[in-house]
Amino acid sequence: MSGCDTLLAELGLNMERHGELVENLGRTYREKVLSQPDRPASMAYFDSAIHELHGDRIREIFEARAAGRKMIGTFCIYVPEEIVFAAGAIPVALCGGTAWSIPYAEQTFPREICPLVKSTLGLAFSDTCPFAPLEDLAVGETTCDAKKKTWDILGGDGFHVLHLPHKKTDAARRLWLREVRAFAGRVEHLTGVRITARSLGQAARLMNRKRRLLGRLAGFQRSAAPPISGTDALVVMQVALVDEPQRFCGAVARLLEELRRRVRQGVTVARPGAKRVLLAGCPAVAGNYKVHHVIESSGALVVANESCTGSRYFEHPVDARRRTRGGLLAAIADRYFRIDCSCFTPNDERVRSVVRMARRAKADAVVQYVLQYCHTYNMEAVRIAEALQRAGLPSLTIGTDYADQDTGQIRTRVEALIEGLRS
Amino acid sequence: MSPAPRTAIGIDLGSRLTKIVRVEGGRIADALVFDTGHDPLARLPAMLKGLQADAVVATGYGRHLVKGSLPCSAVTEIRACARAARQLAPEAESVIDVGGQDTKAIEVGPRGFGRFEMNDRCAAGTGRFLEVMAAALGYRLEDFGAEALLADRPVQVTSMCTVFAESEVVSLIAKGEGRRRIALGLHVATARRVAAMASRVRLGRRTLFVGGVARNPCMVAALRDELPCDLAAPERPELAVALGAALIGLEEPAAH
Repeated sequence: MSGCDTLLAELGLNMERHGELVENLGRTYREKVLSQPDRPASMAYFDSAIHELHGDRIREIFEARAAGRKMIGTFCIYVPEEIVFAAGAIPVALCGGTAWSIPYAEQTFPREICPLVKSTLGLAFSDTCPFAPLEDLAVGETTCDAKKKTWDILGGDGFHVLHLPHKKTDAARRLWLREVRAFAGRVEHLTGVRITARSLGQAARLMNRKRRLLGRLAGFQRSAAPPISGTDALVVMQVALVDEPQRFCGAVARLLEELRRRVRQGVTVARPGAKRVLLAGCPAVAGNYKVHHVIESSGALVVANESCTGSRYFEHPVDARRRTRGGLLAAIADRYFRIDCSCFTPNDERVRSVVRMARRAKADAVVQYVLQYCHTYNMEAVRIAEALQRAGLPSLTIGTDYADQDTGQIRTRVEALIEGLRS
Repeated sequence: MSPAPRTAIGIDLGSRLTKIVRVEGGRIADALVFDTGHDPLARLPAMLKGLQADAVVATGYGRHLVKGSLPCSAVTEIRACARAARQLAPEAESVIDVGGQDTKAIEVGPRGFGRFEMNDRCAAGTGRFLEVMAAALGYRLEDFGAEALLADRPVQVTSMCTVFAESEVVSLIAKGEGRRRIALGLHVATARRVAAMASRVRLGRRTLFVGGVARNPCMVAALRDELPCDLAAPERPELAVALGAALIGLEEPAAH
């Protein structure tokens, strides 16, 4: 908190609760991220970005809005950021990654929904989310049942829901393209800015640059002697979802430069004999480092992450060579429709992709991360575990929420997985 | 190279009980069991006093606590359990370990262990469940299984949540159901729960049943009925994990 408290209070936040939240997030971050040995110095930017999420970043968005720009809150990586940027608006991912806010959601909503949705609702209903009062439009989508009903609760005029179909048929693609076009119309209406081929092309190139840089980071992560931990790579991903993209790209480029130097000098975060793990499944949004931390503090290394805060976010560029607005919107729709969320049926592409990623990263084992009550990732984990077994890759499925009470049991299972690789 | 250790101590710091086993030439020479309590490390030095060994290996949920307080290595209870199985029942292709707080099923073989399953954060199907139910029925835990075996038939118990099952037991007593029948019903329900979880791994032709709950004769009988394979029940099953840790100590001096 760098002197932004006055602003936060003016935005109507419950400052006492907000103080608790910030203290809680800070403690988690110190214990699970800052405590790691041998971190790259350039991680300082990303540490600060997480720290200033409720500080400088809020001030920045506040000032941008005063200058006429709009802020658009998102809850899923299916929301095409290109469209938001093309209209000069600012997208910010608002998913909750903290156990702290969950009791505020459980006062009203069922306990049997995933911690990500509960944490998000809890932040909204505890008056501690500083983005809520700045938000000009929130964009939901139809990926899962808990989220669909969340939109009914949070919804209203300032809410737009993208209908994401759950089959990969031509009819579904046509529906999705219509949804992407309608979203562009909604954003134009909100901002009063006409989205053109030129602005869309620029936004697509910027987003592609971001994807390319994150892809290179993943390349370092899966190298033979990784110069960066999976936990730090996750922090970078979390910042990607909330930060100003130009500045973010610059910071990632500097980090990559340092990683290149580390590789030349033979600096690695891998301890001798450390086992390599692919983490696959649900996202870990800002505030959530639980499973990454257990794996990496048990002597293994997360060398790849198949999730919405991993490969699903940065794989597949948009074809930015299209010259018309319509052509670019179609290319954007195509790109986002290639994300293999477990909400699709069938979803063979994701099953194959996890096996392929594990092999490419030379993973010794795969840990599937399932947020409690996320039925589609939980069910799909069964098929993926079978496919991994056929491929000769040991795996473990961990279903858990944000609370730390089961960390001991998760640690036992992860350590046993690692021991099994040795024996 | 130092000579291979001849003696080793395994310390299994579990949720309810701490088990210490000293092995000499592959056989149990000493065994100690005491309440883990709220400060297990405080009692450990007194318990270890007079026990000499070339290697010490800690296991159980408190393994890292022990490792932080005395010179030893740490292994998971899953690995220790698998190692013990090779000694106690070499022909077993899996182990089922039911302790105070955890239930585990592990595929085992001559080269170590394969897939494993563990219960989640829930006392259903663990020793803790039986402990609470024994108290609700007014039995001492050590008599609970033997009393249940005296029942002519079980009363069906539908709740597996420790809290709900306790109130179900209270209402069954109020309805005049016999205590032993209720006790048998609780054992059968627990065995079903354990068997369902264990069936997620490949149990093979024979499984080994260890952990404190395997001391309960009714649980052994009920689980035997529920499982599709043979079930071996060793003597002193509560010591198996500590024994496995000690055996690992004999084999891996470098881990010390």
